[in-house]
Parts: sequence; C-alpha cells; structure tokens
Amino acid sequence: MSSARPRPVSGDPAAARPVLDAPDVGRALTRIAHEIVERNHGADDVVLLGIPTRGVTLARRIAQRVEGIEGRPVRTGSLDVTMYRDDLRMRGVRPLEETDIPAAGIDDSVVVLVDDVLFSGRTVRAALDAMGDLGRPRAVQLAVLVDRGHRELPIRADYVGKNIPTSLRETVHVLLDEIDGRDSVLLGPAEEAR
Amino acid sequence: MNRHLLSAADLNRDDALLVLDTAEELARLADRPIKKLPTLRGRTVVNLFFEDSTRTRTSFELAAKRLSADVINFSAKGSSVSKGESLKDTALTLEAMGADAVVVRHSASGAPHRLAHWIRGSVVNAGDGTHEHPTQALLDAFTMRQRLGRVEGLHVTIVGDVLHSRVARSNVLLLHTLGAEVTLVAPPTLLPVGVDAWPCDVSFDLDAVVPKSDVVMMLRVQRERMHGGFFPTTREYSRRYGLDARRMATLPDDAIVMHPGPMNRGVEIAAEVADSVRSTIVEQVANGVSVRMAVLYLLLGGGMAEAVESAA
Repeated sequence: MSSARPRPVSGDPAAARPVLDAPDVGRALTRIAHEIVERNHGADDVVLLGIPTRGVTLARRIAQRVEGIEGRPVRTGSLDVTMYRDDLRMRGVRPLEETDIPAAGIDDSVVVLVDDVLFSGRTVRAALDAMGDLGRPRAVQLAVLVDRGHRELPIRADYVGKNIPTSLRETVHVLLDEIDGRDSVLLGPAEEAR
Repeated sequence: MNRHLLSAADLNRDDALLVLDTAEELARLADRPIKKLPTLRGRTVVNLFFEDSTRTRTSFELAAKRLSADVINFSAKGSSVSKGESLKDTALTLEAMGADAVVVRHSASGAPHRLAHWIRGSVVNAGDGTHEHPTQALLDAFTMRQRLGRVEGLHVTIVGDVLHSRVARSNVLLLHTLGAEVTLVAPPTLLPVGVDAWPCDVSFDLDAVVPKSDVVMMLRVQRERMHGGFFPTTREYSRRYGLDARRMATLPDDAIVMHPGPMNRGVEIAAEVADSVRSTIVEQVANGVSVRMAVLYLLLGGGMAEAVESAA
C-alpha cells in the first residue's frame, strides 16, 4: 500500500481558519531538524519513523533538512500502529498502512517518532508498543507539527512545530503538499464528537 | 466485509483487494524478531475440523496465534462427535464457551452456511465438501500478485479434478472478481454439472492451453472422494492432464506453477515440476498464514461496526 495514499480530510476545510501557512510549516520543520541534530549531537544514531499517513511525509521532509545540515543521509522509515491501537474494538476495522523499518533495525538507535498532530497521546502509546516488538532503541523522542493539547496519557513531545490551544469541539487539519496539494494547518469547528 | 467468510463470492473486488493489501503488510511480520501482534488479545478462535487437514488447520492456528487470539483446536476424532453429537449441538457448545470466530472444515458442502445461522461469532469456511475453500483462493491470488505483480488480466489455467475440488470453485469466483481469465482443463468426467454457468472457459486439451497461461494451477486427484471410474488408469490421466517437464517447457517465460497441496507427485504433477523454480507450492503455504491473519483481523479486529473507516 502506498503510504502517500490520500486520506480525505474530515469536516469542511473551507469553514476552517488557517493557523499556519506554507512558509510557517517549512520554518517549523527546519527548526525541528536543527533541534534534533543539536540534542543528539549529530544524527548518526537517529532513525526518523513517521506514523502514517502524514507523519511519514513529515519524517521525510525533516530527514532532508537534517541531511542538509549534517551532510549525510538519515535513516527514515514508517511505523503503522493500527494493530496496536486501543480503540480497534470501538470502531470499524481499519486498513493497515505501511511499516517500513530501515534495514539496520532500530536497536541502540535514537528513534524520533514523527506525527502531524499530538492530541490524546493514544497513537503515540500505540507506537511505543509497536516499537517494543521491533527492537530496543536507546531512546525514543517525539516530534509533532502541531500540539493541540487534551492529553489523555502521560505523553509529551520533544519537538513541537506549533502549540495550538484548542477546544475539544474544534478540529485540526494538517494539509501537506505531497498529499493534499498544499501546505497548511487549519483550525476548524468540530463536525462530530471524537 | 461481511461478518462471515463462507464463499469467495462473498467478497467484492474492494473486499478482496483489502484482504490482499492487509496480508501484504502482515507478511512483513515474518522478518521481525517478534512475529506477533496484540490485535486479537482476548478473542477466541475455534478451529472446528471435521475432516483431516494439516496445512489449513496449522495455518489458521498460527495466524490466530500471531494475532494473539486464544486458539482451541477441535477435531472430530476424539470429540463428542464420535459419540454422535450433531453439528448444531457442537456449535452451540462452542458458542457457550464464547468463541468469537469458528473456522470450520466439514465434508458436507454447505455446513459452514448452516453454522453461520446458529452462532453469533464469525464463521470462516476452511473447506466444505466439494464446494468452497475461500482462504485458499485468497492465498493463491496473493501468491500470483507476489510473483507476477498483478492478478487482473492474467490467464490462469486450473487443471484436473474440478469435480471434487473446492479450491477450483473458490478460485474461479475470486479470480473472476479480480479480473483474471480462468480456463478449466479436465477430463469431461471430472467437470461438475453446470460448469458452463461458471465465469470461466473450459477446455479438454492441456497442450493447447499451457502455452497461453501465466499461471497453471494443478489440482489434486481426490481419490478418497471417487466412488467410480472417472478415468481409465492413473497413467493415462497423468499423460493427458498431468504437468510434466515437457509440458512445463511450453509455458511462457515468467509463468508459474501452483498446487494447493497435498500433491500426488507423479500423478497430476511431476516431481521435477514441483521442485522447479516456477513452482510456488512452498510460498503458497507461507502466504497462507499472512492471508489468514488478514481475514481474521478484518473479521474480528474491529468492533461490531462493519464499515472500514480511515484512521483519524
């Protein structure tokens, strides 16, 4: 399955208000790339794992930037967490996304999980469980483009593109050029309870 | 998908592709240090086998265990069935034990359909009489896609004992759904009544069909179901409808040879064909686990909601 398969954005993006435009998204990713390099004293041990769908795209973009800074490629992959979610039984069955771990594995590396929006923290919890079955990284860090608050688990991000305070009734849509044809983060009125 | 998987005809094109795509992701599990997912933790899968099977039963058992389901193996021998218990009472017993899915093999065609009316859980047909074996068809389609990159537009030739084959019927239905063109080749005595209504061609001349085939699937001659003379001698059958090295040489370059197993080497398939690079027989077994995991996940993984939602 293609990890770049477009997923329809729920709600009506026309009714939503942009909170980050394309240059903002680019600058946020550049800053995250620098922070990753700074904090890990380089990027030799770093593996960027995107959570499908948009996390994978973001991981690739951050990897390009890190490569620009460090001058050598960064290991990048994707990690599907569907089989580890705690809400599988509450919702319909979901198709699986691609899991693609770099050939060298993740043992003793610093895994940076990348996702578009950090909300309840449940996706990240599922990702931590999924990683436990794949190997034993030396450390795991979390990078997100948007932190919208409302955590339901003791999880926080190490690298945040933008903190956007939201109400539970609002929705956050991250649009990315590769999938949606443009870069933007939209804050919209809620269409249904999550 | 429906709640049950009773027939390959239950799957429309989208369902079938969803199973194959899911299986493709799950197949990668085989390369990981921990070949297990927590998805069906706390669910119970019962393997209810009224007929002998090694491949299918162990394949379903492994698939369910890799998804962390609890598995109960129930075979007719050594159970209350040998004391005369009916299918219905056996089913109700399993239901009372809280089976979420029942994988059933039965010598009577239609037994899984009956079962599906009696129990609340999902029923997966693992072969019923001479009727259907949908997960075999799915794993065959998966193997074709893996080897040849696609199923749509392939010329698939299914050769041999079609009359007694549940594999043939399920394959014809599924491959038609997926857009392949199927030709059945068999002696007239081993074709079922009404085969002209199946969505496929029929031929009696294997030599004419083989050079045009992307896939040749050999069926086992099911002697245990044959009560009568369907062909004069095994040797004659083998000469006209068996796949030997000479016939294999007339296949197109990238064509593959499949067999659902168990094989009768020297009857429908020559040993050198079974062991050749074209043969996918061992891959089919490995793929069976991935495909059955996909089926169990798609039937049981969600809640009661049946719609496929995209992840939010």
